[in-house]
Amino acid sequence: MTRALKETRQVGSTTVVVPTGEVDLQRSPGLYQEMMAICRTKPPRLVVDLRQVSYMDSSGVSTLVEVFRSVNAYGGTLVLLSPTERVLGMFQIAKLDRFFTIVDSEDEALSDG
Amino acid sequence: MSVSPPLELNLLSDPANLATVRAAVRQVSVEAGFADADAEQIALAVDEALANVIKHGYGMQTNRPIRLRAEVVSEERRTGLRFVVRDYGRVVDPATICGRDLEEVRPGGLGVHIIRSVMDEVCYEPAVGGGTCLSMLKWKRHD
Repeated sequence: MTRALKETRQVGSTTVVVPTGEVDLQRSPGLYQEMMAICRTKPPRLVVDLRQVSYMDSSGVSTLVEVFRSVNAYGGTLVLLSPTERVLGMFQIAKLDRFFTIVDSEDEALSDG
Repeated sequence: MSVSPPLELNLLSDPANLATVRAAVRQVSVEAGFADADAEQIALAVDEALANVIKHGYGMQTNRPIRLRAEVVSEERRTGLRFVVRDYGRVVDPATICGRDLEEVRPGGLGVHIIRSVMDEVCYEPAVGGGTCLSMLKWKRHD
C-alpha cells in the first residue's frame, strides 16, 4: 500500500506532515496509522499541510478528529494548513471547522502565536 | 416520473472502487445539468453511502455485491437525479439511522449527516430478499 503521507519534516519544534491525493475509505486507514505513530512521539505543534489533498470524505475527517483528540490529550497543538475549498467544505458540512485551527499560510502554521 | 437510467453499476464492496464510482457519479451529474460544485457534493454523498455499506453492511469485507443505479427524475416543473444503492448485507433498521449530534468533536457518524445535508430526499428501506435499499434524490436548483 502506498504511504498516506508524502512527507514529514521538522521545523524547529514543529512537525509538518503532508498527506496527498484523495483521502477516502481506501486511504484513510493508512493515514490514521501514520498519524497516530507521529502522535505517539508527542510533537508540541503538529501541522497537517492539506494543500495537496484533493478530496476527503468523512473517514478522512474522522481520522483528523482522532488526531485532534490525541494531540489535545497530551497538551499539544494541531494546525491544519490551507485545505482546498473542497476539503474545507467537508469540515463545514460536518460543523467541525469551529473546533480546528485552520490557517492559510505556512508562516502562520509554523508560528507559535 | 422516472425516465432514462444514465448509470448502472454492479461493484464489489472494495474501498478501492470508490474513486472510480465518484468519477462516474460526477460525470453523470454534470451530464444531467448540475453545476460542477453540486456534482461534487452529489459524488460525496454517494461515496458516503457506499462507504457506510462497506463498513456497516459488510463489515469491511471487500468481495460483497453492491448495486448503484442513477435515474433522471422529472416532475412538472423540476428535474433531478435519484441514486439507488442496493446492498445484500446486514439489514439496517431505518429507525436507527440518524446523523450524530454535531455539538462535540468526535469521529464517526458523519456519513449519514453528509448524505442528508447534500441530498433533498433520503430513504432507507429493507430490501426484498435481504439487505438495504437507499434512495437519494437531488433536485436541480433553478438560478
